[in-house]
This record gives sequence, structure tokens and C-alpha cells, in this order.
Amino acid sequence: MMALADILIAALLVAGGVFGLVGAWGLVRLPDMMTRLHGPTKAATLGVGSVLIASMAFFWVHHDHLSWHELLIGLFLFLTAPITGLYIGKAHMHLSWKPEELPQPPSGAEWATWGKGAETSPIVTVPDDAPGRE
Amino acid sequence: MSILDAALWFAFGCFALAQLLCLYRVVRAPGFSDRVLALDTMTINMIALITLFGIQRGSGFYFEATMLFAMVGFVSTVAFAKFVLRGDIIE
Repeated sequence: MMALADILIAALLVAGGVFGLVGAWGLVRLPDMMTRLHGPTKAATLGVGSVLIASMAFFWVHHDHLSWHELLIGLFLFLTAPITGLYIGKAHMHLSWKPEELPQPPSGAEWATWGKGAETSPIVTVPDDAPGRE
Repeated sequence: MSILDAALWFAFGCFALAQLLCLYRVVRAPGFSDRVLALDTMTINMIALITLFGIQRGSGFYFEATMLFAMVGFVSTVAFAKFVLRGDIIE
């Protein structure tokens, strides 16, 4: 029983490590900024998720108490990872694309990155040599 | 060396390598947002490393540190994006 649980925990740890490494590898190797967002936001949270489940299982099997802290951290990460990805994507749009280069939004709408209130941003015009422009 | 120890060291190595790749991305990045994304990934990898350390020591003492890392990493990333988009963090 103990050995079986150990194998399960070890498998979770190995999966978590591989996912974390793949996320960072994607961050370095993918061609442009918007695709690079995919590496960390998906793979790294999946990796951390497996490590947290492994930690819960370890304390349950070896120390006979179920700790809920991991669940809390996992919940927090799963809630914040999409928000972080969205905000970094918006910042990238604002830093690298001029308003007229973006596709036309549906009638009556405007891009939040260049809409009302964007004139208070420190970057009001995108330089021609901004990184990440296609 | 038990199977659990081997898996722990494997995961430590993976996340350490991931941390180094992110550090490379922080130093050599084409733009601002790449650097911030890499820093955010570094905090996520750090959470995993501290959790692994907690498993190795067999103590639940390190969860407060991971929680702090998660919160500070999230708030700093959002603060950067808000500053770029609006020039003001708390409107």
C-alpha cells in the first residue's frame, strides 16, 4: 500500500517537473510574444498543480494528516494565471501595435488597450521599431 | 535511495533548469512584456521549488512562503500591466 502510494507520488512529481521544464522551454523557444504566452500560463500551472497534489498525497500517506494549504495555493494559482496572461497580452498589444494596425472590432466597440483612458498611459505612440511587430 | 527520493531530485533538477531558462529570458528578451512574463514564470517555478523542499523536509512549515510568493508575483505582474496601459496602478 505504502509502496503503491510512493509510486503514485513519484509519478506526479516527475510529471510536474517535466511540465515545468516544458513551460520554460516554450518561453525560450517559441517564435513570437503571443505564442510565448502559452508556454508558462498553461504548462507551468499544470506542473505546479501536479507538485501540489503530490505534496498533499505525501503528507496524507507519510504523516497521516491531510493538509489543505496546497489546495488553497492551487486554487489561487488557477484563478490568477489566466488574469496574468490576459494582462501581459494587453500590455504587449499596447506596447507593440498601433491602434490602426489592430483588426476592426465590432461596431460601436473599441480596443480596451487603445480605447478611452489610454491617453493617460506613458506610451501613447508606438515606436516603429517596437519589438514583437509582425 | 527510494523511488520518492529519486523523483524528488528529478523534479528539483527540472525546475532548477526551468528557472535558469527563465533567467536567460529575463536577461535577453526582445521586449518589456517578455521580461515580465519570464519573471512571472520564475515566481511560479519558485512556488514549485519551495513545495518540493517542504516535501523533502517533511514539514508543512513552508506553505506560508509559497502563498506569499504567489500573491506578490500576481500583484507585481498586474501592477506592471496596469502601468503600461493606464500610467496609473490604482485609478
